[in-house]
Amino acid sequence: MTLETRDILNVTNLHTYFPVKSRGIIPRTIGQVKAVDGIDLQLASGETLGLVGESGSGKTTAARTILLLVRPTEGHIEIDGQDVTGFSTKALLPVRRKAQMIFQDPYNALNPRHTVGSIIAAPFRVQGVTPPGGVKNSVLDLMERVGLNPEHYNRYPNEFSGGQRQRIGIARAIALRPKLIVCDEPVSALDVSIQAQIINLLRDLQQEFGVAYLFVAHDLAVVKQISHRVAVMYLGHIMETASREVIYSAPLHPYTHSLLSAVPIPDPKQQRHRTRIVLQGDLPSPIDPPSGCVFRTRCFQAQEKCAVEVPPLVEIAPGHKVACHFPIETKDLPARVEVEDVEFQEEAPAVEDGGAVNGKDSGPPVPTVPASSPHKARR
Amino acid sequence: MISSGQSLDRPFLTVNNLGVAFPTEDGLVRAVDGIDLTLERGKTLAIVGESGSGKSVTAQAIMGLVNRKAAQVTGEIWIDGQELIAMPEAEVQELRGSEIAMIFQDPMSSLHPFYRIGDQIVEAIRAHRPMSPKLAKRETIEMLRHVGIPAVERRVDAYPHQLSGGMRQRVMIAMALINSPALLIADEPTTALDVTVQAQIMELIQRLQGEFGTTVILITHDLGIVADVADEVAVMYAGRIVERAPTTILYDHPEMPYTLGLLSSVPRMDRAALERLDPIRGNPPSPINLPKGCVFQPRCNYSDRTGGLSMTVRPELLPSGPDHLVRCHLPPEERQRIARDVLAQLAGAPQ
Repeated sequence: MTLETRDILNVTNLHTYFPVKSRGIIPRTIGQVKAVDGIDLQLASGETLGLVGESGSGKTTAARTILLLVRPTEGHIEIDGQDVTGFSTKALLPVRRKAQMIFQDPYNALNPRHTVGSIIAAPFRVQGVTPPGGVKNSVLDLMERVGLNPEHYNRYPNEFSGGQRQRIGIARAIALRPKLIVCDEPVSALDVSIQAQIINLLRDLQQEFGVAYLFVAHDLAVVKQISHRVAVMYLGHIMETASREVIYSAPLHPYTHSLLSAVPIPDPKQQRHRTRIVLQGDLPSPIDPPSGCVFRTRCFQAQEKCAVEVPPLVEIAPGHKVACHFPIETKDLPARVEVEDVEFQEEAPAVEDGGAVNGKDSGPPVPTVPASSPHKARR
Repeated sequence: MISSGQSLDRPFLTVNNLGVAFPTEDGLVRAVDGIDLTLERGKTLAIVGESGSGKSVTAQAIMGLVNRKAAQVTGEIWIDGQELIAMPEAEVQELRGSEIAMIFQDPMSSLHPFYRIGDQIVEAIRAHRPMSPKLAKRETIEMLRHVGIPAVERRVDAYPHQLSGGMRQRVMIAMALINSPALLIADEPTTALDVTVQAQIMELIQRLQGEFGTTVILITHDLGIVADVADEVAVMYAGRIVERAPTTILYDHPEMPYTLGLLSSVPRMDRAALERLDPIRGNPPSPINLPKGCVFQPRCNYSDRTGGLSMTVRPELLPSGPDHLVRCHLPPEERQRIARDVLAQLAGAPQ
């Protein structure tokens, strides 16, 4: 047995770029989509790391790269102490026994022409493993374990609901007792009542088998329920990472604040009296990300320095890392922050440098703070 | 439009015993089965439910979008003194887009990919109001600016694919509101969007609702959004309303076990994470083969306390306090006690 504290996953300086080709007879590479742009992740065995971000943040690409479904441009991936970065598909086969994946869309992740029994038995087939008691018995056990009726062994995926299909995907993923499962938005396609069932199932399996999860999701409430630690991604970079308690109650990165304040709380009294940080606009293009800090174009804390210097991910407290020049505590947030997008200003005629108040201003909370920084530099 | 004197007497929107049934090879699917709703002008009603609950079909029926050849639509829908179900299709079409407008979940498939967004909105104007193309375009630009589209003069000639999801949803909202409809139906308007963009869009809908005095029906599965914007909530399950109440009452004093189940299923960001969530067990019933008695009974933790009633008799939607309707066989004191216990347990670990 390995030590309890050993990292099952260790990712360093991971970059995944996708080339952008020009049109024409001889396509040239004219740019790169920097989907993942230098991230570090560690995951201990039996632990859950939530990886959150908006669409386009690179969280799914990061997840796929970690299992080498996409090849990294740069960086290293260590699974269970073994550097697997340059492994061929063939050399990866034994690694796949340790690291499995659960996909977002339970409709597309299962072969519609295979029976449930055959789908769940696939890992045994591929790996050439015969479990004690035989494959069929193991599959029936697995079905029972994830809450499927073993009598449905010979049914096809289209006969199941979304939640049940996700259970099939989970049974397949745990078949070989992996040490790591990368879960890519495993519950986002499901109704709330079914979603809660699947979250509970994942947690039970973790307690039973000690599996570690890299849990990729955009739903911060779900991530809070399941994760021990959380990493927040934006445009290919990790903005902040900390224990669950710290991320949700004492975050420091302006982007984490913005994300948290955007999630509506199912309680009318609380929800209608919250600090809101309303980000304007959308994610900038990952082909041509902003200079310096990638979040600065939407950030209420942004100043001149942010356009020039990339903020390093520094450890502010044990286990709490933040990549920001001007981190801010929850108690210092103004009552309401509206952030103008730089792109908006660039394209609008006239109003180039509207007077602005920085969100960091202390003093009594004001109802509305137009927080675009006066110094905000441009790309 | 009818005179205001008349519309003062009754609510702006009244739905009586609405039913939508689709004949299929396997039998009749009653997607919506006897819905009653009332809504005052300028208010927001949220219809909440999981997939298959009939919430979207209800919205489509009010919008007159249910194909009458494929489905049997019964009951009455009164909007501002006009009844829609018996109305000839041509007249419904006249109302649609002018008096009633709709925003859909997926703005990419609701906008025509071949036409410039500006031209699509101009068409929406000129379908209902005689206006020169030039004036209509001016009004379009004004509206696009109003919904927060940056660099409008250039974007008005953009094609839908050139815009981001959030921008497309803004265009949809501009198109829906261009003829100042009295009723706006928003069917999962932010489900396809990121949370930060969702916050922008919900704020926009609320701001415009305030400016234009629009009545809004919001169809959603997200109890957080409901808490944010709704005045009234109707919870739907298996084609019927199982609980209806003003928003604060529904969240503070829910009574129907299904509502309680929904509230216990969602992980809460504002509270310390629970060791385990307490989801509703099982799966929603098949609409072809609904359980006898209460449709929620097979998944209900408390149905054994109804003395067998919930196995055999369909419960009615009955008043339980002012403005509060509940469809449940449990005695009111019993279900109120259950709700108090469950909510206390959920709030057990406040942060």
